[in-house]
Amino acid sequence: MGKFGQMMAQFDLLHAFWVTIQLSVLGALGALVIGTVVAIMRVSPVRSLQLFGAGYVNIIRNTPLTLLLFFCWFGLRISSGIQLGLPSDPTQVLSLRWAIIAVAVYHASFVAEAIRSGVNTVPQGQAEAARAIGLGFFDSLRHVVLPQAFRGAVAPLGNVLIALIKNTTVAATIGLYEAAYTMKGMIEFYPQLLYVTFALIALGFIILTLPTGIFFTSMSRKVAVQR
Amino acid sequence: MNQQASVLFDAPGPRAQKVHLIITIIGWVLLIAAVAGVLWGLRDELTPAKLLPFADPMAWTGYLLPGLGATLAAAATSVVTAIILGVLLGCGRLSGIKIIRIVCGLFVEFFRAVPVLLMMVFSWYFFIFVLRVPSAWQSFAGVVVGLTFYNGSVIAELIRSGVHSLPKGQSEAGLAVGLTPSQVLTSIQLPQAITAMLPSLVSQLVVILKDTALGSLIVYSDVLKQATELSTWKGNLIATFIVVALIFIVVNYALTSFAQWLERRLRARGARPRPATAPPTAPGLPTV
Repeated sequence: MGKFGQMMAQFDLLHAFWVTIQLSVLGALGALVIGTVVAIMRVSPVRSLQLFGAGYVNIIRNTPLTLLLFFCWFGLRISSGIQLGLPSDPTQVLSLRWAIIAVAVYHASFVAEAIRSGVNTVPQGQAEAARAIGLGFFDSLRHVVLPQAFRGAVAPLGNVLIALIKNTTVAATIGLYEAAYTMKGMIEFYPQLLYVTFALIALGFIILTLPTGIFFTSMSRKVAVQR
Repeated sequence: MNQQASVLFDAPGPRAQKVHLIITIIGWVLLIAAVAGVLWGLRDELTPAKLLPFADPMAWTGYLLPGLGATLAAAATSVVTAIILGVLLGCGRLSGIKIIRIVCGLFVEFFRAVPVLLMMVFSWYFFIFVLRVPSAWQSFAGVVVGLTFYNGSVIAELIRSGVHSLPKGQSEAGLAVGLTPSQVLTSIQLPQAITAMLPSLVSQLVVILKDTALGSLIVYSDVLKQATELSTWKGNLIATFIVVALIFIVVNYALTSFAQWLERRLRARGARPRPATAPPTAPGLPTV
């Protein structure tokens, strides 16, 4: 076990997972905001907004996240010189910021689809009733349709969040010290501990994703609209 | 155009139509302004000098097409192996023997919870350090194994939920005519489940194709990596990424449209009674 202790001393696994958690939480918040806006555009009665929403979803969803991240990191930052912060900021901080943007932009398209599928679960009669009591477009959205739509979208949103947590590993491709990149380093230095290292990192992800899945499943049952 | 009633808004009256027209025009103006702004921001990156390399056949024959070939080879191999593994695991999860069911269930849940990239990195080093595969095949094997285990598990779940969404009468009828439970599974339930799940399986192809781009971490020369090399030579990173993105978008959009067409066709044919519990197919999960 000497080697193992040496490896754990050399690599700060907890910090790696802390980076993963930061990336997941901030990326998920960004994705939720962008995705909600895009979903509202897609279901709005205005043609140009619908087209924009559909275009966003189709373009982003069919592009690999790796490509999106490369575009941000190598393209926008290095080639176009767009800086997120001061040039003196450590590279790790900058790459985390770009990774958050790429993760948020990418998963927003899936959030938008999840919310749209939630809107589709709301029966026509609900909106008709809202209009019948005199609510306008925004009021019927705010008080009648969207609350039910979000409740119907909990399960698909949970799936998106789980996928997002796993997809944060892609940030390893731009050299962010998160869990997957740390695992690569650990195996490179200690190939004899290959299985232990993999099991350890995999366990970390299971600890992150399993409770999320259980929480969202029970949540979706709890808040489901009884029809 | 937008006359159809939706849950969110009525068929618009004369006043609403006027408002919509105004918002539509504002929307278009903003949209065009946004596109123009992006193009203006990237004006130094999209100059003719930076786009011209793509008119050179060398860029395609030397970099992009071999890269695309590598991407498609890894994706195609993974599709075949993932379907085989998925069907086996799916049958295992439906098996009458409890221990097989539990083992397959654990396997599926584990590989669905572990990121594809971890699996790729692990299997890559496994091929390097343990199996000592020739170096030409290390990356390819790593990509394929990583994709196979993850997507095989997803396909197993698709098959299981497909079988569960079949009416109970199907298996009862099979048992009634004297088939064994495994015969019922292979000759009655599986064919129907696979047909029902066909659109989801096609959507999964998009996932596999996109995930091959992860291979760049384990130095697989896929289209993204080749393009990056080309662009560091030509100094046109952004233009190159846009071209590669277009390649991915065209291929994946075609696959997605095919999946949707397939779903409509299957539904129109009435190949299956679609129970309310049928798993959602179209959007697919957001994998990389």
